[in-house]
Amino acid sequence: MSEFVEQIALCVERGKVNKDAPYPPDLKGQDGADELAKQAIDQGVKPDDILQGCILGMDRIGEKFSQNKAFVPELLMAAKAMTAAMEHLKPFFKSGEVKRKGTFVIGTIAGDLHDIGKNLVAMVAEGGGYEVVDLGNDVSADKFLQAIEEHPGCVVGMSALLTTTMVNMESAIKAIKERFPDTPVIIGGAPVTRDFAEKIGADGYSPDPKGAVALLNKKVA
Amino acid sequence: MKIRKAIEAGQVLVSDGAWGTFLHAKGLKPGECPELWNVTHPQEVLDIAKSYIEAGANMIETNSFGGSRFKLDHYGLGERAFELTEAAAAISRQAAGDAHFVIGSIGPTGKILMMGDVTEEEMVDAFKVQATALAQGGADAIVVETMSAIDEAVLAIKATKENTGLEVICTFTFEKTIDGDYRTMMGVSPEQMAAAVIEAGADIIGTNCGNGMKQMVEIIRALRRAAPDIPMLVHANAGAPVIRDGVTVFPETPEEMFEVVPSLISAGASIVGGCCGTSPDHISAIRRAVEMADHES
Repeated sequence: MSEFVEQIALCVERGKVNKDAPYPPDLKGQDGADELAKQAIDQGVKPDDILQGCILGMDRIGEKFSQNKAFVPELLMAAKAMTAAMEHLKPFFKSGEVKRKGTFVIGTIAGDLHDIGKNLVAMVAEGGGYEVVDLGNDVSADKFLQAIEEHPGCVVGMSALLTTTMVNMESAIKAIKERFPDTPVIIGGAPVTRDFAEKIGADGYSPDPKGAVALLNKKVA
Repeated sequence: MKIRKAIEAGQVLVSDGAWGTFLHAKGLKPGECPELWNVTHPQEVLDIAKSYIEAGANMIETNSFGGSRFKLDHYGLGERAFELTEAAAAISRQAAGDAHFVIGSIGPTGKILMMGDVTEEEMVDAFKVQATALAQGGADAIVVETMSAIDEAVLAIKATKENTGLEVICTFTFEKTIDGDYRTMMGVSPEQMAAAVIEAGADIIGTNCGNGMKQMVEIIRALRRAAPDIPMLVHANAGAPVIRDGVTVFPETPEEMFEVVPSLISAGASIVGGCCGTSPDHISAIRRAVEMADHES
């Protein structure tokens, strides 16, 4: 059974979506994450193990990304493969047979329209076993508050690409902490630094998606 | 080919500095559309353009970086892409007169082709609108800038070449990796970038944003290895941003930039200007450095 898990992990890591997918060229014609997840379920592999395969694959590509050994396209393809595998897990998430580790509410801060970095973190967090609630970009403090209300126990993630908008994180965090003092808020984005995160009262900072998932694991566990 | 001719005649040219941070200093609020200011606050935009001419720039950009339909759609302004972009070029033309060049800015769409966000046709159509509007507003050249993906940049270059007679400058934004070489966020190396954009028809190539002057010297060296002959442009940030008392500051001073210009020129840059955090003072300093280099050579 563990063979399926390893194979799914490999497909996710390499971004092999399905058999017809031309990418990556060296896996052409082989089964992808889609086929393998389906076969695994048909053969009675526990859905939880399939999820573990996804988590393992995303963890590996996330590590390569942190080390500058992989870049945005590789991460996007891995996320695509992960989504294909997870599609087969949907009924089990619904029935409660497979549980997610927690809920991650994420959005790009008010005034900022950039969502590529935020999307990458969302994908890797989903691959890390979290239910992701993506609020999109230009997200106001009110929208964050509403989402927290709807998802008790969630962790909030905020992103900014612009130096002119990152300062809006401070007021958003303040608004969140006033109403939900126990909700952890983690932040990231190109201009954001650990120092800045500490100054504005964020509970965590990560320079890359993998670090964000590590933070989630710490905050939720 | 006016700009390329001037460079081939042996001149080192000075370009302008930041627009975005300058607009915010003039009152543009976060969340407001910068390109809308071309019609609502034309005087402020003209002031920025003029201040760079006065600082000694040979060429100025246009306030049209986010002028693609995709970016403007967020403000409900997608349908006005042509109008706002044309206005941007007209303002810079007014500031530049006949003695200076206007290079029309086209920034990334924010869409990733390989993810199927948009089709190639949709992207080409958007770039065509921007390029033709900039040409109509009076731009001398188009600068396709802050790019990270080869496919998107190639479409922008081709859309410009096929629909206008303007020369095309193309610059990418690189980051230093852990291993010490440079890549864009899409994983593109300076060598790959140079080969692909020259093949697509770029007349001038280079790098902008993401780095201060010193890193730009390293990037230009890498580009030069791949493309020994083509003219190169640098728009450098005033260093990496730091937060001081809750305000974002780009720390590189005009003097610090001044010091690095000679190495940038000897590495192969023939147009030098600024990006985020640079002001007319930085451009004056670059102008002084370029003139000193001219006298010494």
